[in-house]
Amino acid sequence: MELKRVVVTGLGALTPIGNNIEEYWDALVSGKSGSAPITYFDTEKFKTKFACEIKNFDFNEYFGRKEIRRLDRFAQYALVASDEAIADSGIDLETVDKYRVGVIWGAGIGGLETFQEEVKNFANGDGTPRFNPFFIPKMIADIAPGNISIKHGFMGPNYTTVSACASSANALIDALNYIRLGYSDVIVTGGSEAAVTQAGMGGFNAMHALSTRNDDPEKASRPFDANRDGFVLGEGSGALILEEYEHAKARGAKIYAEVLGGGMSSDAYHMTAPHPDGTGVVAVMENCLRNAGLNPEDVDAINTHGTSTPLGDVAELKAITKVFGDHAKTLNINSTKSMTGHLLGAAGAIEAIASILAMKHSLVPPTINHETADENIDAELNLTLNKAQEREVNVAMSNTFGFGGHNACVLFKKIAE
Amino acid sequence: MSDIASRVKAIIVDKLGVDENEVVNDASFTNDLGADSLDTVELIMEFEKEFDIQIPDDQAENIATVGQAISYIEEAKK
Repeated sequence: MELKRVVVTGLGALTPIGNNIEEYWDALVSGKSGSAPITYFDTEKFKTKFACEIKNFDFNEYFGRKEIRRLDRFAQYALVASDEAIADSGIDLETVDKYRVGVIWGAGIGGLETFQEEVKNFANGDGTPRFNPFFIPKMIADIAPGNISIKHGFMGPNYTTVSACASSANALIDALNYIRLGYSDVIVTGGSEAAVTQAGMGGFNAMHALSTRNDDPEKASRPFDANRDGFVLGEGSGALILEEYEHAKARGAKIYAEVLGGGMSSDAYHMTAPHPDGTGVVAVMENCLRNAGLNPEDVDAINTHGTSTPLGDVAELKAITKVFGDHAKTLNINSTKSMTGHLLGAAGAIEAIASILAMKHSLVPPTINHETADENIDAELNLTLNKAQEREVNVAMSNTFGFGGHNACVLFKKIAE
Repeated sequence: MSDIASRVKAIIVDKLGVDENEVVNDASFTNDLGADSLDTVELIMEFEKEFDIQIPDDQAENIATVGQAISYIEEAKK
C-alpha cells in the first residue's frame, strides 16, 4: 500500500512570547525572552520564582464565565491555539467530512492546577470526599482533544499522547501516520501544557531541573552557554493542521510544508537523566531520516530539544555530530527554548511551528542568552547564537525528548508552490 | 424574596453563568438554564455547602427546578 503524502495547512500558537502565530514569529526572530517573575501565586518559599507565563490574554472574555469553569488552563490553551489553526487552514467546517477529521493532541501532564486545587480542598476538609464533579473531566490529559472535537464536531480519531516533553511531537507523528495510512484526511494536532502551578514548580524544583537564576529571569534560559543551570518552565499551546496532500490541493489550501517523517526511540536508561552517550538520541534522528527517506546531508536546520540543562544540551549536540558527521558544521542549530522556556508537552508543537516558519521566511530564530562558550561543545557548530540568521531552509528537523527517556524527532520539507 | 431563595439564586447565577432574571421558580436547571448532568451535581454540592445540609442522592434527583431547590432547603433548615 502506498503511503499518502501529508502537509501542514494551518498553524496556531499561544506562547509566553506571543499569543498568536504572527506575534510568536516576531518575538522569535527578535530574540525576545518570555521569562519573568511568577504572577500566579506567592513564590516566597519557592527556590525558583520565575517562569514563562502566558501574558495579556483575556480568557474570561474568550470563553465566557460558564465555559471557563469547565476548562483547566491546559484545555483553554488548546482551544485557543486550535481555533487559530483551524481558521488559518481555511477548512470549510460546513462541507468537510467530519468523520474524516481527527484530533491527536499532546499533553505531558494535563490539568495539574485542577488536581492540585481539588486535593488541597480535600486535605483541608474533615475527610469527607466532596470533590467537584468537574474535577476528573477537567484534569484528564485527553480532555483537550475531547473539547476540540466537541467544539467543531470532528468525529475522527481522537486521543492524547503522553510522553512528557516529547508528547506533542508524538502526537504529530501519530497524526502523520494516520493520514499516511488513509484513516483520516485532516488531523488537528499539537499540544498544550499549564504546569506553572505550586505543584509544578515545587515538583520540578525538587528534581533540581529548573534554573534558579532569580536575579535575572530573562537570562535564565541559556542553552549551550557554559553557565546554564537548568530549564525555565513555560506554558501554552501550539496547533498544526495536518492534511492529506491531494485533499489540501483539491480545496486550494495554502501549504506551509510537507511532513516528511517521524522518528521515535527510547533511552532505556534512567527516569530523568539523559543517556550520557546519547545513544537513544542518535537512534531517533537516524530512524527519522530513514522514515523520511532522506540523507543527513539533506538537512539544513535543527531546532534542538536544548533545554538549558547541564547534561542534556551536551549529549544532544554530541549525538548530532555523530549522526551528521562533518555536515553538522554546516547546519543551523538552535534552541527556541532560550526564548519560550520549556513548554513540556507543548514543546514539540511550538518548536515544529518555529521550524516551519523558519523555512517559510528563510530565517532561523536565534539561541539567545549565550555569553560564555562551553568547552564541552564543539566550537565549529553553528548554534545560531543571539541573533537570527538568514538561511534558505529546505529541510528542517525538530527534536524533543521527555522524562522517561522518550525521544521523538520530526522532519519537514519546504514544498514547491 | 426570602434569604434562602436569594442565596439559592445567587449560587445558580454563579455556577451556570445565567442571567439573574432567568432564574425564576419554575425554571428547570437542564431544560431552561442549560445545565448538564455535571452542573446539576455541582449545584447540589454547592447547596449542601452553603446551607450546611446533606442532600441524599435519591432526594437530589427530585430537585430539578429553582423552586424545588428553595422548598427543599427551606424544609431542611426548619
